[in-house]
Amino acid sequence: MGEIKLTDVKKSFGALAVLKDIDLHIKDGEFVVFVGPSGCGKSTLLRTIAGLEKVSGGEIQIDGKRVNEVTAADRGLAMVFQSYALYPHMSVRQNLAFGLENSNMPKAEITERINEAARMLEIEAYMDRRPGQLSGGQRQRVAIGRAIVRRPTAFLLDEPLSNLDAELRVSTRAELAALHGRLGSTMIYVTHDQVEAMTLAHRIVVMRAGQIEQVGTPLELYNEPANRFVAGFIGAPHMNFLKADVVEVSGELASLSVAGGYRVQVRLGQAKLNSGQKVTVGVRPQHLVVSNDPLSPSVKVRLVEALGSETVIHGDIAGEKMLAVLPGQQRLNAGDEVRFDLTTPPLHVFDDNGFRLLTYAGQLT
Amino acid sequence: MGNVARFILRRRGAHGSGKGWHWTDIFTWVWLIGGLIIMFGPAVWLMFSSLKTPAALAEFPPSILPYVTSQATVEGYDKPLMLYDAKMPDGSTRVLAEVRRIGLVAQMVDPKAPGDIVKVNINDRSPVRIMSFATNNYTEPFVHFDFLRYLWNSVFVTVVATVITLVVNSMAAFALSKYEFKGRSVAMLVILATLMVPLSVIMVPLYSIISTLGLFNSLWGVILPTVATPTGVFILRQYMLTIPDELLDAARMDKASEWQIYWRIVLPLTAPALAVLAIFSVVWRWNDFLWPLIVLSRRELYTLQVGLSIYSGELNVQWHFILAMTVVTMIPVVLVFIFLQRFITTGIAGTGLK
Repeated sequence: MGEIKLTDVKKSFGALAVLKDIDLHIKDGEFVVFVGPSGCGKSTLLRTIAGLEKVSGGEIQIDGKRVNEVTAADRGLAMVFQSYALYPHMSVRQNLAFGLENSNMPKAEITERINEAARMLEIEAYMDRRPGQLSGGQRQRVAIGRAIVRRPTAFLLDEPLSNLDAELRVSTRAELAALHGRLGSTMIYVTHDQVEAMTLAHRIVVMRAGQIEQVGTPLELYNEPANRFVAGFIGAPHMNFLKADVVEVSGELASLSVAGGYRVQVRLGQAKLNSGQKVTVGVRPQHLVVSNDPLSPSVKVRLVEALGSETVIHGDIAGEKMLAVLPGQQRLNAGDEVRFDLTTPPLHVFDDNGFRLLTYAGQLT
Repeated sequence: MGNVARFILRRRGAHGSGKGWHWTDIFTWVWLIGGLIIMFGPAVWLMFSSLKTPAALAEFPPSILPYVTSQATVEGYDKPLMLYDAKMPDGSTRVLAEVRRIGLVAQMVDPKAPGDIVKVNINDRSPVRIMSFATNNYTEPFVHFDFLRYLWNSVFVTVVATVITLVVNSMAAFALSKYEFKGRSVAMLVILATLMVPLSVIMVPLYSIISTLGLFNSLWGVILPTVATPTGVFILRQYMLTIPDELLDAARMDKASEWQIYWRIVLPLTAPALAVLAIFSVVWRWNDFLWPLIVLSRRELYTLQVGLSIYSGELNVQWHFILAMTVVTMIPVVLVFIFLQRFITTGIAGTGLK
């Protein structure tokens, strides 16, 4: 079992509130990723769950039991640290055994668990080496191994991939996902990399300034971000935001003026817009398509990044920045003018507080 | 050997060619050789001097090597006579033994033909000197002087004081570097401030404490007041600050108690700093003189340094014994340094973390 429930969790260092009223329910076996910019409190939240930091208010429950007063050692959790935090003066085997020895486990069982973890992580070949003699990827495995042998109720991973090079990161990411599938235990994973979050998570918790902005599956966050922050944080490159005015509301439809007067129409659904309201329209760079329609808004290209499989265009549209990811290789140069169709892509409309009012997913016919 | 010589004799040379001499070469050589003489010279001189006879020690001008005037037993004379190279009026030089000296004239005999007395002006003779090592400077104290007793006392004081110093100071350093508590920096400041208090200031109160505790005339009275050193706490604390907190957190997640964290994680990683402090502590305790002199008044409790002072009496200083025993007392310190210095350079910490 590895069910973790946070109720109104607060944490402050002196006068500085780092976590503000965090409510979160993590189900057994779930892979939850905390993501957010640096300093948003995601690592502090993880350390609070681990018991390494005391909460200033609220309650943490593991499997239905309040653990606020329980020490880190007795919460039954295991943590993988960003720096791996392997004991430099111990061999890999001793590193794995340390936690088990401390819980007075019989020698035979320790050996058995270590061997099993070593097999699973393919680190058998260097069990007698010191961490200093291992490569980054190997250390990473040992750090995960140290968590696995404990058979914890939940794994807490604090940016475990950030010290690896790009290629290794991708393969280790896949291995982590496979590992989670095999172990089936709850995992809480902290990262600032939204790609890691998108690929690994069952649910993503987006945090900013000590608060949870949104909790949801990766695609929920991508398709229906709760606010501008989540919209901008999830998805790479980030979403384009254009200032817009509501020109006219008639029944189900609203007409918006974006990018210096260009009109788009959106279906309101449940949302309410008032004519004259200032809003922000968000559109993902991947959803933009080049248009031949002379009425489509024109973008002045500042920079072209040809990546081979796709082309990233940095441009200006009526004084605002605009990113577009176009498929394949485009014959475009800096200084060119290109027109994008804004009527076909999904549009997100945010109010001036940044909350999403509506997402309009398709072309109006 | 060729490589070693090449390494040592390597120089920049004129225009960086490796040939000839650049001024930096000359400067380096002068600097290094000068340093060698300044650092090593006194120790070498001490070692040679410790092998001199009392007469050779009193000689002026002093010599580096232990020379003595050679002597010969001549028939008809009870005591051995000093041998001299004497210049004869005909210009030849003969080895003669001096019988006695009257004013500027020495009465000398030929050791082979002791019958004739030859008168030689003292300016025309010079002593025949041979190198001789007065090893009884070393052997005699072992027999007459309670050297082994004093050695044991010194070793006991040094080893026990060093062990306690390392344990106590590392505990204080651990708390001061790894725990957040109110007054942490004040505590550190107070500890550091005691560095400024010299022994002579606290000698009297310390003495009354020791005497009240009944530690007077006990080796523990020498050991205990010295074990908490601000320098040690400072060195260890600074080193422990470099140990990442994540390691401690990892240990906590691994169900380690705070004692285990200290004993199994922090202490092994502090080994290089502990080695440095161990060297200091050994040298301090071994060379301690004033405090043991105050606390210990019974001869059988004397440490070596106090014991050595027996040789410098009010009227007569037996330099030859003092020098020889000084060399002996230097040996353990030098050995400790040689042994632990290697340990420092192969510092094991910091290798496991990126």
